[in-house]
Amino acid sequence: MSVILECENLTKRYGARTALDHINLKLEAGRIIGLLGPNGSGKSTLIKLINDLLSPTEGILRIAGHAPGLETKKIVSYLPERTYLDENLKVSSYISYFTDFYEDFDASRAVDMLQRLDIDPDLRIKTLSKGTQEKVQLILVMSRRARLYCLDEPIAGVDPAARDYILSTIINNYDENATILISTHLISDVENILDEVVFIHNGNIRLQAQVDDVRCNQGKSIDELFREVFKC
Amino acid sequence: MTWNLDSSRPIYAQIAEQVHLDIISGLYQPGTKLPSVRELAAQAKVNPNTMQKALTELERSGLVHSMRTSGRFITEDTDMIKRMKEDLAADQIKEFLEKMSSMGFQPQDTLQLIEKILREEKS
Repeated sequence: MSVILECENLTKRYGARTALDHINLKLEAGRIIGLLGPNGSGKSTLIKLINDLLSPTEGILRIAGHAPGLETKKIVSYLPERTYLDENLKVSSYISYFTDFYEDFDASRAVDMLQRLDIDPDLRIKTLSKGTQEKVQLILVMSRRARLYCLDEPIAGVDPAARDYILSTIINNYDENATILISTHLISDVENILDEVVFIHNGNIRLQAQVDDVRCNQGKSIDELFREVFKC
Repeated sequence: MTWNLDSSRPIYAQIAEQVHLDIISGLYQPGTKLPSVRELAAQAKVNPNTMQKALTELERSGLVHSMRTSGRFITEDTDMIKRMKEDLAADQIKEFLEKMSSMGFQPQDTLQLIEKILREEKS
């Protein structure tokens, strides 16, 4: 198995506050991995570092052997916590933008998924409901043939039916050589699609484990284990 | 098909059990082709790696075999399916008899009770 993501003593401080504290982490390719932790634990900071939106204070981060930058942006597909779609643009404009920006973007796949949801590409983003906007954003992100997908809270704030749609879109577009890193605190909703979990707390990695090992060895669901580890 | 998965037990094992049961009960007929890993994964809302592991487990038991390019098929060995069905039934009956015994029923009493209930159901 090849390593897709590697962190060595990775540290991020915002002034006096330490968001990530010398973390060491290795993720193998071909897996769906949950990045789980309470609010403020460092999940989004790690994801932003991976996407070169923040720079490390200390330590090293490598994606398929490269430091975050131009090379890694070609292979990392990022779904931010909040959509960044410009409300005044049409859905179809984003299809062309993504085609322009990313060599690995599969426009026909995106068009096909929009069609199945009955989303007219000629509509402007602002005419779509919040839930539909999030689906459009996810469709764009998942239509790239990336090697690493970073999904930051993909299911927060949507209704259960939309949640099912999002999860099945993730499964259906997942290529077995790619890696998906999903950050969330809604564990029971996602745990059945995960291969592996990373628990993060106060900027430290608390646990990295295969989900079926947890179930086998401890007889617990990931949700139960999480509640136990992060008991307030 | 609906999948009832309990998050506190390994998911691949539960899927293997369910497909096993579906084969024994005849929902999947001998010799028929199984849907692809991806389709099954989407149906069960699990990840394809998990589904792959479940199917590998079933292959090990001999109930399913894969043909290199054309996919996975249910065994045509109806004797084996019958044997597994009987094994499963025997397990259920043993479990039931143990429960009855813990309530103080001897096997003979249990049998009489079963016959009585069957007669009542008929009439």
